[in-house]
Amino acid sequence: MNRLRGVTKKALFLPLICLVLVLLLNMIKDPGFFSIAINNGVLYGRLIDILNRGSEIAILAVGQTLVVAASAGTDISVGSVMSLSACFCSVLLAGYGVNSTDTFRMPMLAGMLSGVFVGGVCGAVNGSLVSKLKIQPMIATLILFTAARAVGLLLCNNQITYLRYEPYKYLGNFIPGCPVPTPIFVAAAVISAAFLVLRKTSLGLYIQSVGINNRAARLLGINSARICFLCYVICGLCAGIAGIVASSRIYSADSNNIGLYYELDAILAVALGGNSLGGGKFNMAASVVGAYTIQAINTTLLALGISTDQAPVVKAIIVVVIVTIQSPVFRAWVLSRTGRNRKAIKEGAGA
Amino acid sequence: MRKLFALILALALALSMAACSGGASSTPTPAAKQSAAPSAAPQKLIKVGFAQVGHESDWRTASTKSVQAALSKEKGFDLRFVDCDNNSAKQLEAVRSFIQQQVDYIVIAPIVSTGWDTVLTEAQNAKIPVIVLDRTIDDSTKYVTWIGSEFTNEGLAAGAWLKDYAKAKNIKDLNVLVIKGTTGSSAEIGRTKGFEKIAKENGWKILDQQDGNFTQDGGQKVMESYLKSYKDKFNVVVCQNDNEAFGAQDAMKAAGVTYGVNGKVILISFDACKAALKQVLEGKINADFQCNPLQGEFLADAIKKLAAGEKVPAKTYMKEPWYVAEDILKSITYTNNAGQTVTEPLVKVTQAIADAAY
Repeated sequence: MNRLRGVTKKALFLPLICLVLVLLLNMIKDPGFFSIAINNGVLYGRLIDILNRGSEIAILAVGQTLVVAASAGTDISVGSVMSLSACFCSVLLAGYGVNSTDTFRMPMLAGMLSGVFVGGVCGAVNGSLVSKLKIQPMIATLILFTAARAVGLLLCNNQITYLRYEPYKYLGNFIPGCPVPTPIFVAAAVISAAFLVLRKTSLGLYIQSVGINNRAARLLGINSARICFLCYVICGLCAGIAGIVASSRIYSADSNNIGLYYELDAILAVALGGNSLGGGKFNMAASVVGAYTIQAINTTLLALGISTDQAPVVKAIIVVVIVTIQSPVFRAWVLSRTGRNRKAIKEGAGA
Repeated sequence: MRKLFALILALALALSMAACSGGASSTPTPAAKQSAAPSAAPQKLIKVGFAQVGHESDWRTASTKSVQAALSKEKGFDLRFVDCDNNSAKQLEAVRSFIQQQVDYIVIAPIVSTGWDTVLTEAQNAKIPVIVLDRTIDDSTKYVTWIGSEFTNEGLAAGAWLKDYAKAKNIKDLNVLVIKGTTGSSAEIGRTKGFEKIAKENGWKILDQQDGNFTQDGGQKVMESYLKSYKDKFNVVVCQNDNEAFGAQDAMKAAGVTYGVNGKVILISFDACKAALKQVLEGKINADFQCNPLQGEFLADAIKKLAAGEKVPAKTYMKEPWYVAEDILKSITYTNNAGQTVTEPLVKVTQAIADAAY
């Protein structure tokens, strides 16, 4: 019993329960939801879809968690930065004004890495505005939220640039001979890199202390501004990686639509993970679980066949339920209820 | 930024003023010389102000280019073009500036369908005829004509084609999956309405209709889900634009489902952009129903008629080609949204047609 209570107290417990609840919703209509098979040489099933489609949100959530923890604010530019890095990559590979190409002007990997690099540059811009100029994070990132997508459009000459070169599709789809969708590997790599850095270095501790009290951290000898800046750069790099994956899925740079509204999903992932948007203590694993929960909701809505005009309402209801379950007030209430019950049982036994 | 923008606008205005007054003034500026050189024709240019929606898609860009080509100096027009960047306030501003410039005709491709009455009244008072392009204006009738596409007919035509095609191929049961466009957009509403009508008349089963948001990613996501929900239960996929069709193709390919002319699934798409017509040519899309962006010629024609004092109809529906991959059927006959029974030809896509597409 005590061990069980110990488990329920863990920060990861509630987000995981919520994820499982969302998945169980599907039992109502189709138990086949959970089946995984090999079809056409690749893994095939709804759960695989969730892992695959959730990759971008999970990657963004990693960066967003750090930003939220260090600066008590959100980076709302990640969706636009995704679009910009995809456009930058495609313009390098295809050339300016090219509508569709199957030969690249430079090595594919160099183009992709440049795209990710541009994401990092965007993160650095956000980071300097927030950490050096002390502009509120939402305002500072609002600049790139509006500008990055527009710059992407300009780079692509206001059109969708298609990169019809088979290996370009690998990152967002499948590598021939490998049954697992590549985005899952990318997300896994980003997440494990984040965990390694947080576990093996004291960066995580520094970020928490900066987030809890930035001045106290500085008095302790932590360069608060640099830590905060670093978080934004990491967040930008994550957005860059997510942008390249999203672009590879559709082997094109669709500047209008890549990463559209993803910043909201990234922030929601952090919140669904039970992390406070007020900064300070954070749990990376919980954010990642939050990210996959969002994708589970999306996949579930499609699987349940809920008509598109009603889907946002259903999604909202699910999110409200999850957030309520996670809220401290609700938890306290549940604890008090169960506590009273236990007391009542005890009294009953006594009498 | 704003100042810079104002400066650019002012410069552009000054240049255009110089350009049109150049013919009369005794000391022509370089700009006037340049513009006066090609138009040696003695007749006066017809001044047309065009407030375009923006540049959000290839389709829109094709529309802009078509209007610019049809209303060129060589053809006797002086076109003042404003790209309104999907900003309806900017569009109202543009129309007002056209009134101040006293152009001969104002062409509006409205971003939104309401809020037009005041400015159209101003145009009417200034005796400038207004022509509405593409989308509609719903809260005012103070314009002379509307030129655009009838989305419902596109849906009806798709249905009519599918009916005849199924008969020709001897397919009995049609189980249809629809990937819709952005919910609430006029293209989505019209195409859904038209296709649903024919589906109902013929007792086809529409298994599901989900929003793919007119994007490739959206089409792919929805198709991935359909493939699991309706495994082996469907034989027709209707995508409400080409980008969604590309996404659906990728999803089906990954799941090992064949589509197109030699496949198990009949794939229907709308818009017919160049990349999609190439797919039709290769037999990977069975039929593609175009939403014609080339409004320029229709517009020039209407303006010429108005200038000559002739009457133009209140609504002009543009001629829209229906593209198919095979030449089993030559034409389709259906009752269009206006209640007329029409017979329209089907165009089998060739390399030349695909190359010439937008």
